Amino acid sequence: MNIGHLLIIAVASILVNNFVLSRFLGLCPYIGVSKQLDSAIGMGMAVIFVMTMASLATWAIYTYLLAPASSIWKVDLTYLRTISFILVIASLVQLVEMVLQKLVPALYRSLGIYLPLITTNCAVLGVTVLNIDKRFGFVESAVQGFTAGIGFTLALVLMAGIREKLDLADTPKPLRGIPIAFIVAGIMSIAFLGFSGLVTE
Amino acid sequence: MRAGKEFFKGIYRENPIFRLALGLCPTLAVTSSAWNGLGMGLAATFVLVGSNFIISLMRKAIPKRIRIPCFIVVIATFVSLVEMIMQAYSPQLYRNLGIFVPLIVVNCIILGRAEAFASRNGVGLSLLDGIGMGIGFTLALLIIGGIRELLGSGKIFGHLLLGSGYNPALLFILPPGAFLTIGLLMGLFNYIEGKKK
Repeated sequence: MNIGHLLIIAVASILVNNFVLSRFLGLCPYIGVSKQLDSAIGMGMAVIFVMTMASLATWAIYTYLLAPASSIWKVDLTYLRTISFILVIASLVQLVEMVLQKLVPALYRSLGIYLPLITTNCAVLGVTVLNIDKRFGFVESAVQGFTAGIGFTLALVLMAGIREKLDLADTPKPLRGIPIAFIVAGIMSIAFLGFSGLVTE
Repeated sequence: MRAGKEFFKGIYRENPIFRLALGLCPTLAVTSSAWNGLGMGLAATFVLVGSNFIISLMRKAIPKRIRIPCFIVVIATFVSLVEMIMQAYSPQLYRNLGIFVPLIVVNCIILGRAEAFASRNGVGLSLLDGIGMGIGFTLALLIIGGIRELLGSGKIFGHLLLGSGYNPALLFILPPGAFLTIGLLMGLFNYIEGKKK
């Protein structure tokens, strides 16, 4: 385990395989919460936190509980991966919700419905499943969880900045709202394709 | 009459993708070809119908406060089923769809229908709603997958359609093509709706 290896994981999940723009994970909040810069930043922070914690928790559950079950209790429990991971994520989100409500009520109100929706943000479940699929260790999982969250926030904040300006532009009527947001995302995705030669996984 | 309405609304008027903009991640990720789109659509339809059925059966037994976790457990059970079936009978499709098979759990269409429909209506109507929404979702995936495959490689379902002289626009198979295709298709749908009024 060396720093260079971790750095490659970080660059890969922020730029090259950006979770939103090239892996298509977390599109609902990406389109839904990107209307204003403030709520985009808040949402990004919440997602970074949940993704990091979820990566650590699910890695531990898979490595110490589900994977060894076949040799200890003679039953193969790995098929419980999806169901146990989503439960861990749901309880983590509940925790974040309670903490925010107590400590930062303003942010809690501005995130509104999107906070409980982090549970169904596929980027969170996606990163935990990817950690297992790639046979990552503890530190690698933590780094991938954290940087994938940063990649998500980067795409979200860039998009919010563009959409605030886009409101003032004269868009053709049928394209207003979500359709133009997708077309902008497409153009951003082309820009991010430019990073594709940076790291080979 | 009600039954027909609940069935057909998912296909066009409340199409989950073009009208409600739900379940977007798998829509964009797996539609690099028409086959993948079809496979994903059918898998999600199976989960949708199954979870709608179970949830509407148990709607009186589930306490209101913890309904979301209950829904998710039901949905995750069906997704695990699909995962195992697909792995056994169609390993090629399972590899193509990759992590998007377990991710059906967090497809907002399924949780959305559970919350908005199945937890409030009877078993028969919930089944029809699930089937209709599933067909609408599958059709949308098929359309997007078809367009991307046609423009990106000149084929549909692997059959060469545009002739060998066609120079494929590779961009449409790459991620940006997915965003552009769905954005323009949604614009087209809005345009048609606007003309009707």
